[in-house]
Amino acid sequence: MSTALETTYRECVREAIRDALQRDPRVFLMGEDVGHYGGCYAVSKGLLAEFGEERIRDTPLSENGFTGIGIGAALGGLRPIVEIMTVNFSFLALDQIINNAATLLHMSGGAFNVPLVIRMATGAGRQLAAQHSHSMEGWYAHIPGLRVLTPATLEDARGMLWTALEDPDPVLIFEHVMLYNRAGSLAADAGPVDIERAAVRREGGDVTLLTYGGALHKTLEAAEALAAEGISAEVVDLRVLRPLDEATIVASVARTRRAVVVDEGWRSGGVSAEIATRIMERAFWELDAPVERVCGAEVPIPYPAHLEQAALPQVAGIVAAARRTLGR
Amino acid sequence: MTADPPAASPPSSSPRPAEDPRAPRPHLSRAHLLALLEQMLRIRRFEDRCAELYSYEKIRGFLHLYDGEEAVAVGAMRALAPEDAVVATYREHGHALARGVPMTTVMAELFGKQEGCSRGRGGSMHLFDKATRFYGGNAIVGGGLPLAAGLALAHKLRGEPAVVACFFGEGASAEGAFHETLNLAALWTLPVLFVCENNRYAMGTALRYEESEQQIARKAASYNLAAVTVDGMDVVAMEAATREAATAIRRGGGPRFIEAETYRFRAHSMFDAQLYRDKEEVEAWRAKGPIRRFRSWLEQAGLLHPRDLEEIEARIAAEIEEAVRFAEAGSWEPLEDLERFVTSAPAAETAP
Repeated sequence: MSTALETTYRECVREAIRDALQRDPRVFLMGEDVGHYGGCYAVSKGLLAEFGEERIRDTPLSENGFTGIGIGAALGGLRPIVEIMTVNFSFLALDQIINNAATLLHMSGGAFNVPLVIRMATGAGRQLAAQHSHSMEGWYAHIPGLRVLTPATLEDARGMLWTALEDPDPVLIFEHVMLYNRAGSLAADAGPVDIERAAVRREGGDVTLLTYGGALHKTLEAAEALAAEGISAEVVDLRVLRPLDEATIVASVARTRRAVVVDEGWRSGGVSAEIATRIMERAFWELDAPVERVCGAEVPIPYPAHLEQAALPQVAGIVAAARRTLGR
Repeated sequence: MTADPPAASPPSSSPRPAEDPRAPRPHLSRAHLLALLEQMLRIRRFEDRCAELYSYEKIRGFLHLYDGEEAVAVGAMRALAPEDAVVATYREHGHALARGVPMTTVMAELFGKQEGCSRGRGGSMHLFDKATRFYGGNAIVGGGLPLAAGLALAHKLRGEPAVVACFFGEGASAEGAFHETLNLAALWTLPVLFVCENNRYAMGTALRYEESEQQIARKAASYNLAAVTVDGMDVVAMEAATREAATAIRRGGGPRFIEAETYRFRAHSMFDAQLYRDKEEVEAWRAKGPIRRFRSWLEQAGLLHPRDLEEIEARIAAEIEEAVRFAEAGSWEPLEDLERFVTSAPAAETAP
């Protein structure tokens, strides 16, 4: 029997990195301030002392350069973990991510695959304003050739990385900034998890709430509030934004006949639009109500707390959307 | 089902050097010198044929010819060993051929046939070949530099004594990727050789309109790595410079930089009307063309006889005929394979 440990999301990510470094000599971590500083969000704190400068590699502020070096190192037989400090900085590396990492295997006719993992912090809630707070994972999920993961639980924070490193192709992992301090208990022997399927985090029969990443916990709170009103909400954590686990989404919606998509990202052309369309394509005749969406407001994320919070999905909004699908 | 593809035959004029490519200096035997000439002619004749096939619409899309710059790739490749790796640009037919990618599979790639070195998916700008460690064929200017440094990091951490040769034009030196990569390569002492093919034009924009510092080697040197400027129209000078640089890199000295001064005789691509330069300028450079100059030097030195040249030309013509035949006989990749290799998993398992 495994005992449970009290831990945090941050410690889970750190343990996942440590575990990967111990398991496989080809693995190394590279990024801005991952070594001597200990990681912008303190994820890699202590790893430099344990593994040394070769494997915990501080980089200059050259996102495109070091991401591309990660791609080349993956081609050369290593298993790099590239950390990009925050999602907005990843735009400086878009050339390498999209023109090389996502493209090389297909363009080379299968000759060269890129076994690279890129981790980055995403999302709002820390009053970091419009260049540190966006949720762009849906944008990356647009790109064929990438796998896009959004660990929202301690188990996934601990378990997705190793499975991602075993993937022969590039995997992007988005860690929501509001999750790092999240505490809870985790089985002492927690280990790798699948990176294929969505997960039903709460079962219910009246409406399906579909979400991922930082919005999962607000959505679970909303489900709790709905239960108090006698509405039984099922909560699906998408976990993997590309490729989407359509089967789990469709099975849940077919059961509850109603769906609300909760996405911190923008509504236009985003994850919520994609999920709603898939439901329309695959489960239209099962629906008893139009699909509802609760998304981030279509603004650059503002600094002051009241405006920032107003720009994000909140429990009350999720509850209201769920009620609407039931005509209440 | 498609019929078995015709086997790729080995090139009749093998680009493999007879001597140790790792030697610090070239051994300028007659055979060696004739082989350098043959390689340059092989690329020139191949591309002449490509231009012709383009007008017959056998080759489509962009076609960037290396005409005038052959000495750079031919000289540099002589100093590379099989364990080394190559990263090139969208003007890379010459690099692929000089590296040893079979002419048959290069031509089939230009035709878009699945027997091509990238299954026909990349075309002229995206030649890939695992056997010769040829990592493309990158059509984003500067896009190959980080990738080359990453391969070099892998060699270093894995203890593999290999050099990565990264080719790019002077236009790339204005890109952020150039500066980020040179800084990182020098900082981390990576075993990578940067070869800047300075042909004086970034597409149609002359050097004087694009660079505040027109000596690219000086820019490179500011990152604290050894950088030299070489006559890129002189194949022997290119080979000597590359051997010297590669030897230093193999000894653990970190990255080196060669700026090869060269010139593109033909248009940037088949769509280029060349309004940005005078015919006189092109003619002046043609007069010091790498093949013309090397050939007359060999003739004057009594090392090249008319008979030698006839034999070389005959071998090349036969190889090109065989490559065209191979490409013509090749097959189109079936439509069912369209989504294959988006990921390594079978397409059916990876619905987006």
